[in-house]
Amino acid sequence: MTFIPKPKLHHPDLQKNALGYTRRDYEGPVSTLCAGCGHDSISAAIVRACFELDIAPHRVAKLSGIGCSSKTPTYFLGASHGFNSVHGRMPSVLTGANLANKDLIYLGVSGDGDSASIGIGQFAHAMRRGVNMVYIVENNGVYGLTKGQFSATSDKGAKSKRGLINSDEAIDLVGMALQLGATFVARSFSGDKAQLVPLIEAALKHGGAAFIDCISPCVAFNNHEGSTKSFDYVREHNEAVNAMDVITPRSEITVDYAPGTVEMVTQHDGSMLRLRKLHAGYDVHDRVAALTYMQERAAAGEIVTGLLYVDPNPRDMHEHLKTVDVPLNVLDEAALIPGSAALDRLNAGLR
Amino acid sequence: MQPTDIRDPDYFHKVVDCQWACPAHTPVPEYIRLIADGRYADAFMINWKSNVFPGILGRTCDRPCEPACRRGRVEDEPVAICRLKRVAADYKGDIRNRLPPKPNQRNGKKIALVGAGPASLTVARDLAPLGYHLVIYDSDPRAGGMIRSQIPKFRLPEEVIDEEVGYITDLGPEMRLGQRIDSLKSLLEEDYDAIFVGSGAPRGRDLPIPGREEAAANIHIGIDWLSSVSFGHITKIGRRVIVLGGGNTAMDCCRSSRRLGGDDVKVIVRSGFEEMKASPWEKEDAISEDIPILNFLVPKEFKHDNGKLIGMTFEKVKAEYDARGRRNLVPTGEPDHFFECDDVLVAVGQENSFPWVERDIGLEFDDRWDMPKVDEITFQSTHPKVFFGGDAAFGPKNIIWAVAHGHQAAISLHKFCQGEDVADRPPPMVNMTSQKMGIHEWSYDNDISLDLRYKVPHRDKFIALKDIKSEVELGFDEKLAFSEAQRCLNCDVQTVFDDKLCIECDACVDICPVDSISFTENGEEADLRTRLSAPATNLTQDIYVSVALKTGRVMAKDEDVCLHCGLCAERCPTGAWDMHRFLIDVAQAESACCSK
Repeated sequence: MTFIPKPKLHHPDLQKNALGYTRRDYEGPVSTLCAGCGHDSISAAIVRACFELDIAPHRVAKLSGIGCSSKTPTYFLGASHGFNSVHGRMPSVLTGANLANKDLIYLGVSGDGDSASIGIGQFAHAMRRGVNMVYIVENNGVYGLTKGQFSATSDKGAKSKRGLINSDEAIDLVGMALQLGATFVARSFSGDKAQLVPLIEAALKHGGAAFIDCISPCVAFNNHEGSTKSFDYVREHNEAVNAMDVITPRSEITVDYAPGTVEMVTQHDGSMLRLRKLHAGYDVHDRVAALTYMQERAAAGEIVTGLLYVDPNPRDMHEHLKTVDVPLNVLDEAALIPGSAALDRLNAGLR
Repeated sequence: MQPTDIRDPDYFHKVVDCQWACPAHTPVPEYIRLIADGRYADAFMINWKSNVFPGILGRTCDRPCEPACRRGRVEDEPVAICRLKRVAADYKGDIRNRLPPKPNQRNGKKIALVGAGPASLTVARDLAPLGYHLVIYDSDPRAGGMIRSQIPKFRLPEEVIDEEVGYITDLGPEMRLGQRIDSLKSLLEEDYDAIFVGSGAPRGRDLPIPGREEAAANIHIGIDWLSSVSFGHITKIGRRVIVLGGGNTAMDCCRSSRRLGGDDVKVIVRSGFEEMKASPWEKEDAISEDIPILNFLVPKEFKHDNGKLIGMTFEKVKAEYDARGRRNLVPTGEPDHFFECDDVLVAVGQENSFPWVERDIGLEFDDRWDMPKVDEITFQSTHPKVFFGGDAAFGPKNIIWAVAHGHQAAISLHKFCQGEDVADRPPPMVNMTSQKMGIHEWSYDNDISLDLRYKVPHRDKFIALKDIKSEVELGFDEKLAFSEAQRCLNCDVQTVFDDKLCIECDACVDICPVDSISFTENGEEADLRTRLSAPATNLTQDIYVSVALKTGRVMAKDEDVCLHCGLCAERCPTGAWDMHRFLIDVAQAESACCSK
């Protein structure tokens, strides 16, 4: 935690994006989380991703629940819409907001307690409905705000800071998201921005339910020997299946790769994902294979990261519900109250 | 790159840009903090120790520190360091009991100092407390040298000179004022153990063009004229005045003219306005006193009517650059410009002059410049007993350089008189202390002020122009001084990195407001500079590189625009970053000899 605000002075050569904003314009007030918290790195990655994608801050809605992770939306995108909801209820509130105004970019930020315990039902339904959102779980495997109890994503056999061994099975949010029909599923690590930033960018560009499980070490309560979510443990066991660049008009293509090692994925909105395969044979479009692979590697003690599954042509909740093209919140009185003639026609159709 | 060796005192000294740029290496941020704290006397004493003339330099310094100031690289303007120095002098109160006492006992060594200007006075300040019998000679009736004779009183009041020169003369040197030295040979024959020459660059350059001889009555050499004005021999000038030259002397000449009856005063320079040698703020002050500066005009002739000056003609030129980038002034072909005038002041440079130094006494002169050969570190001439400093050593510079020379020469004189090797220079005293007071609390104010540079209030022009002794700048009041002091980035509070504690969590990278910190693969410096969070294009600023960390990467910090806000250290969960105050005291004569 820091008392003074981050000085407004910036590097004299700080770049501006297509909208004329600098990266600093996407920041929020200074974080009150513990010094070194992985969550702050994720906030910085979100800031960078939004800057690089030239996203207008007022077109973003950031929603969260309760917990360390859910405090973070205050600390980034200070000029965006925000909603800090009830514990675990971010997905429902976000679903409602999305129904009302589908034109905004929805960013849900949650934690392992918020999503894997009290809000697990909410999480599941947002995924299966295909709500067009980026759902980031800042996963530290511990209840930091209440001083370090195991959370639902703590690995079985992991040791707490007090020395207790976790005897409960961990909930695998990535596995659930895959099963429940999320159309973009990734896992990353707060200590690896080179991987995390492009994943967030790709997720923001994705037109369906995009889920990112981001391991984020808790420096206060879960960064010790015996933890499976510490900086050292994650760095040692991290197995990235691919490395990705998001090709935006701003990005330069500078490196050539050997044929067969790179796959280009064109997303629905025209953005391109350039995937450099690090594991030959891993297919990011095969949901079932992804599930199997994840479980195999988890059993071997590895933490698989990277883009795990993507459907380049996702269908979202609005398509399922066949809503009109314009956002519901801008429908005027004439559209909402079409009059008795329209009612008569409707009734006639039901006879 | 090799890991940075922060035990080398130069590494962090360079980060304190102002102090590094200062010839005397005054610890600027340290005294600015004291000013912000209202501890003016303490701030004054730091200055007095380092640059000897805080009140004088706080008004007249050439301020090499300000263009170097880091603040000028993150926003428009540097901290007003020079004017803050004056604040320390203005509000210090009585500090006489903090000055070294006049020694009770002499050490038996006797040194002659030629000239009573800033260089000699600095030598005297450093050596008098050590017991030396010092004899200071000057042809002027009062001590101070060019400080007193050439700087107009509306920039530097007499009382300030009297006070700060007085602090030195009170230390007991024997003052032989009004006594010109005409022969170094005979001085050497006296019983001096060593001689210091700080006689300045006393000769103003003339302009031998047609009409110069005939119209001589109304053509004056700038520094001589300023000196006559200063000592009250000249009290008026013609209504229309032309000042030739683009340096600070020219600015002093034109502004003095405005106060002595000149109401149509103009400065005419050969070069372009931008290339003028005068400090930008002195040009500004001249212009604000309704003095136009006309450029690219080369003096051709003094026009006179039977010996009575009536005006000057100039050839209009333009600048052309040859293949090697050298500037040539070539005529534009326009007809000559003619300007009417009653008086002309020639301020086209000054030079050394050593007619009193015999060439057969074992003191070698440089053939090309006819300057004595002087060692750049020890200030010793080829005659072991004779040392030089100030403008007399390497040609015209300014007060702060003279002070720096004086300190170094004093070390040499001390060592020479004690029979030690003058080439063996004493090391600086360096002190580094963590500024951590609590989890996120520092013993310096790390909250960065966003204020822009404050202007020093000026006396009303109408009143100022009426009296040549009325000081134009009024100085900051305490409130303004505090606000200006808060603009200082505390560059002497250094970011110190401990690789063994770092867990590479990126917290420092994320919080750094100026993208100074990166964790990346090591490489050659030229390559590494392009791969940092923000490309490090300022090659005069170092990159602080750690050894390889756990992931094999290194921490690389570009020192260029670091705000020294300490947020990296506040956000570091393991204390791998800490803020250490770095104080470096350049050695002076008192610590130069073990056998003092």
